[in-house]
Amino acid sequence: MPYRKDSGLTVEHKTNEMLMKEAEALWSELQGKTLTPKDRAGIPLQDMPSRDPQKRVREMDEVALGYTEAQARVEAERCLNCKGAPCVKGCPVAVPIPEFITCIQKGDFKAAVDVIKQTNLLPAICGRVCPQEKQCQSFCTVGKMMKAPEKAVAIGRLERFVADWERDNDKVTVPPPAPDTGRKVAVIGSGPAGLTVAADIRRAGHDVTVFEAFHKTGGVMVYGIPEFRLPKAIVAAEVDNLKRMGVKFKTNFLVGRTQTLRQLLDEGGFDAAFIGTGAGLPKFMGIEGENLVGVFSANEYLTRANLMKAYDVERAATPFYPAKRVAVIGGGNVAMDSARTGYRLGAEKVYCIYRRTRVEMPARAEEVAHAEEEGVEFCFLQNPTRILGDDNGRVRAIEVLDYELGEPDESGRRRPVPKPGTEHVIEVDAVVVALGNESNPLISKTTEGLDITKRGNVIVDEEQKTSLPRIWAGGDIVLGAATVILAMGEGRKAAASMNEYLASLGDKK
Amino acid sequence: MHTILEKKQLSADVFYFRVTAPEIARNRKAGQFILFQLDTDYGERVPLTIADANAEEGWIALVVQAVGASTYKLSLLNEGDKVAAILGPLGSPTNISKVGTVVCVGGGIGIAPLYPIAQAYKKAGNKVIAIIGARNKELIIFEDKIREVADELIVTTDDGSYGRKALVTEPLKELCESATPPDEVIAIGPPIMMKFCAATTLPFGIHTMVSLNTIMIDGTGMCGCCRVIVGGETKFVCVDGPEFDGHKVDFDNMMKRMGAFKEREQEDNHKCRIGRTVA
Repeated sequence: MPYRKDSGLTVEHKTNEMLMKEAEALWSELQGKTLTPKDRAGIPLQDMPSRDPQKRVREMDEVALGYTEAQARVEAERCLNCKGAPCVKGCPVAVPIPEFITCIQKGDFKAAVDVIKQTNLLPAICGRVCPQEKQCQSFCTVGKMMKAPEKAVAIGRLERFVADWERDNDKVTVPPPAPDTGRKVAVIGSGPAGLTVAADIRRAGHDVTVFEAFHKTGGVMVYGIPEFRLPKAIVAAEVDNLKRMGVKFKTNFLVGRTQTLRQLLDEGGFDAAFIGTGAGLPKFMGIEGENLVGVFSANEYLTRANLMKAYDVERAATPFYPAKRVAVIGGGNVAMDSARTGYRLGAEKVYCIYRRTRVEMPARAEEVAHAEEEGVEFCFLQNPTRILGDDNGRVRAIEVLDYELGEPDESGRRRPVPKPGTEHVIEVDAVVVALGNESNPLISKTTEGLDITKRGNVIVDEEQKTSLPRIWAGGDIVLGAATVILAMGEGRKAAASMNEYLASLGDKK
Repeated sequence: MHTILEKKQLSADVFYFRVTAPEIARNRKAGQFILFQLDTDYGERVPLTIADANAEEGWIALVVQAVGASTYKLSLLNEGDKVAAILGPLGSPTNISKVGTVVCVGGGIGIAPLYPIAQAYKKAGNKVIAIIGARNKELIIFEDKIREVADELIVTTDDGSYGRKALVTEPLKELCESATPPDEVIAIGPPIMMKFCAATTLPFGIHTMVSLNTIMIDGTGMCGCCRVIVGGETKFVCVDGPEFDGHKVDFDNMMKRMGAFKEREQEDNHKCRIGRTVA
């Protein structure tokens, strides 16, 4: 089914079957051949099979279907196994990338996933949500040879392939924990940082309890990232693996209220704690009309649709707000998730309003492409000035101002400069604000002596230690809103330091 | 899982539940609330203010009016049944100190959460005057409990079927006008009642707190669904509240926001009623 990109080009949507056939043909050609680096770089990049945009846009099922075996084999052959492995430098947890791709080249998928798991315990998740084109793939030699970074080896898709293969074929093994040490660790938050810490600390034989305020584990991976991008079952499978290792989970427990961190450490018998509570305080714009009915933080909009399953009108008790025309403000992954969710909740038109241009968008390239295929209309170089309501206090339109790009700012991106007098109105009945999150202050407010920045982020040293003894922190509560993989990177560092501390205490009988 | 230890029907659609929640009972303070959920797959998260608690026995008490799908389902549960999830205690506790005379105003189901607050004010050494009101006699709840902790109790009903035939704002105004006006007022009830209580005390400059019960999802500051305008600033009821200076709350905006999902709720209610006749 052809669809139009906003560039005006009509692109063919290759069906899964077409991609599979092409890959199989290529694979039979490549098998047994000795390939030069030039040959390898010349193999066409394997596209990600995805569901038909016109059908998927009204359904919650996962959009990207994952490589077929033939595609994975072909794509793996594109890797040059470079000396010095430049791609690894781009990975926040230093996955031995060429090593795992070499395993795929040999057809040993289990070995490949085991290589990844040496440093990344959640490959099925990272393969789906990491911004690979800004990390590992941006260093890939193939992309450089082709002078087209988007033609780099699809490392993320290969990571996902082997992780899915392992799960689908019941080959998942969990690392056996060391003998019990009797030491107890509290992990606050069950998002990517918390799960990583829990795994690494449990492996060392310590007793780990993960506290989660919501009724489901997974943090942003279950409330924020939609089913169509990261199925809940995949997150649940990862949590189950941790349970099999002996990690305990306590849901509906808000540290800071149900019990304070101090109570856990002083009365609860925990020897150490890790704060991985994420960046859960939505930013608003502070413009007129922001509290009208129909204005949502992306957190609320996505939580209703994901964690609370509002899309399942028959079964879910939590409603969503019925809107025909939706404006999403922002250019990150959360904005893409919100915009695409808008169509899935029945919108006829979804706008994504971003004050810079496509090249400055922080979202993953694949999400932007998927949003575009699904009919999201991007309004670049525009920024809201106010939201207009009707007599019932409900959103009826959003007023935006045009911008142009000026000189680069401290982030290196060209600064958007407003063009006075260019205000114009877009008629919408819902507005979703996806401009990021600040740190939730609950733990810092209820933990005396915990040092935080002006923005409320917990201050840590290079080992993720906070200003208080026995307490470490990592992920978005330290970084501000970032990515799953960066949170995991911090979790690994924290866990290493915590394990060292716990070992210094000796076993507790 | 939380076991229902006791259930009492207080009026046609108002129920009192005592449920096990040892950790919440231990740490809760007056003015705080919980979120309950009956089904952790498809259930919604509904905020309810804690009406009573016992740390030694490990229970909290909730008073719920069956107005929506989830509160109706909760009202069908009985002693021994389980509530799937209760998160709490949430929100900032009431700021209780010795100020002199405190008037505690409760309307309808709001009388229940008023009880621990009145109790705490009394315990802090204040003179507590309670005004409790409802549409009719049947809807007056917690009268005995309030009487226990109040130095004076004024009961009003809209139809005069019990106590004084008046809205709660009438005795409140008289108290403000009296020779010994209150030093502090706290009002809990329907938004419209709290709005008019705040409007009543405003000309007298008497500090008036209100406890808001907006729509919430996470209840921890993450979603912003519960936001209200207080003194021109956006505040989150779940973490900045639930109590705010009633003279600064934009009640009109709050009431509109509370009606955001009304159409859907009406559909659900319709479904419930159908369910009720079939069952």
